[in-house]
Amino acid sequence: MKRLFGMRESLKGQPRPQIEKIERRLFLRQGLSLGALALLSGCEVTNAESVQKVLWAMSRWNDRVQGWIFDPDRLAPEFPETAITMPFPFNAFYSMDEVPSVDAASYKLELSGLVRDKKPWTLPELYALQPQVSQVTRHICVEGWSAIGKWSGVRFSDFLRRIGADLTAKYVGFRCADKYWTSIDMPTALHPQTLLTFRFADQILPAPFGFPMKLRIPTKLGFKNPKHIVAMFVTNEYPGGYWEDQGYNWFSGS
Amino acid sequence: MMEGKRMTLGRDNTVLVHPLVVRITHWINGFAILIMIASGWRIYNASPLFGFKFPSDWTLGGWLAGALQWHFAAMWLLAASGLVYVTYGIMSGHFWRRLLPVAPAAVWRDVAAALRGKLAHDDLRVYNAAQRAAYLGAILIGIVLVLSGLVLWKPVQFYTLGLLMGDYEGARYIHFFAMAALVLFVIVHVVMVLVVPRSFPMMFTGRARVPAATRGD
Repeated sequence: MKRLFGMRESLKGQPRPQIEKIERRLFLRQGLSLGALALLSGCEVTNAESVQKVLWAMSRWNDRVQGWIFDPDRLAPEFPETAITMPFPFNAFYSMDEVPSVDAASYKLELSGLVRDKKPWTLPELYALQPQVSQVTRHICVEGWSAIGKWSGVRFSDFLRRIGADLTAKYVGFRCADKYWTSIDMPTALHPQTLLTFRFADQILPAPFGFPMKLRIPTKLGFKNPKHIVAMFVTNEYPGGYWEDQGYNWFSGS
Repeated sequence: MMEGKRMTLGRDNTVLVHPLVVRITHWINGFAILIMIASGWRIYNASPLFGFKFPSDWTLGGWLAGALQWHFAAMWLLAASGLVYVTYGIMSGHFWRRLLPVAPAAVWRDVAAALRGKLAHDDLRVYNAAQRAAYLGAILIGIVLVLSGLVLWKPVQFYTLGLLMGDYEGARYIHFFAMAALVLFVIVHVVMVLVVPRSFPMMFTGRARVPAATRGD
């Protein structure tokens, strides 16, 4: 009561139309802000084409920013073997019983694009690559969970040099036996911890974890680490990926 | 133009409390925080830390990829607006004038008074101790959210920062609890606006009425 009375008092002496103008202005402002809030929660608005365009553009912008932030010399933390997560979680866009079975004897890795030596590689040839290195690193899933595992193989940069890949090209793309595909930027491909791996936990890669070959990238989210790789190509044209084309951020670096 | 007109209109009995920069960044921050929270809940649901999920209807993005797109788009809006707000608050002296000092005893007294419904709001030009603590707390929580968010986004590139938070997994919990604290702040903030509705238009006009007692007439 006192408050109301005070309000009326303070407006005393003001010409009537001006008071109405102030009231109208306030009402409009409040209405606008409430309207904006209502818009935010409306599915129609968030699904609108223009909104989706902005979100995709921002995701491309985030690709560029992540490229700038990425330090080619900064190493992902490595852990003692006692820190390894047991059992290591299986994750794919299909269930465990749909894991592809790749025939080791007939397996060939196909190479294409900006590569000098496009000769396909058999599994014994890949296993014979030197030097072999291991890492115990944290695998971080885009869903949020993480797990520590041990992978062994060869530095991907060594392999790219061996096949005469154009290291100034922008992208390396991968096609997998499970119809998955993805692609990465060249600076990440050349990172010292980016490994072409054939072993997991000191065993030949089990089928659920990517037999015969998985690209392990501890500086990227899990879905950027392709399993069951059967073909790779070097290109300057943006290759996209299975999840990336559906809206997951392409760079997805960590 | 508008500003000048309003100043003339209110010359006798109102005074500028919320500078234009504060008003603009307040609404942009609020908008961005709503997006960050709603999309963040969807991201949480993809791999819950605790035995519950947020109802889908309360979330933004439709699915994980959509939620991540919203989260990492709105983060730029929040970063830009938040940076302007904090820089302005420090450089102009706004923080020191409006939010300090804040004595724990005074905060306790005002919170207790507020809970009994006896906290006076006659003079909206000054923040009471409970408000000061809440607004300072919100700014600090915002900083914790941004830093822990950076660790989650880039655990390798910001590894050193992550060490302060228990690495990637620790940062997930810090990010979650800071979010919970901010949600609590937003709820109390909105409830207080409903309790003292006069404060709402002030966040648009920036002007508060000077109580008769202090006007000297």
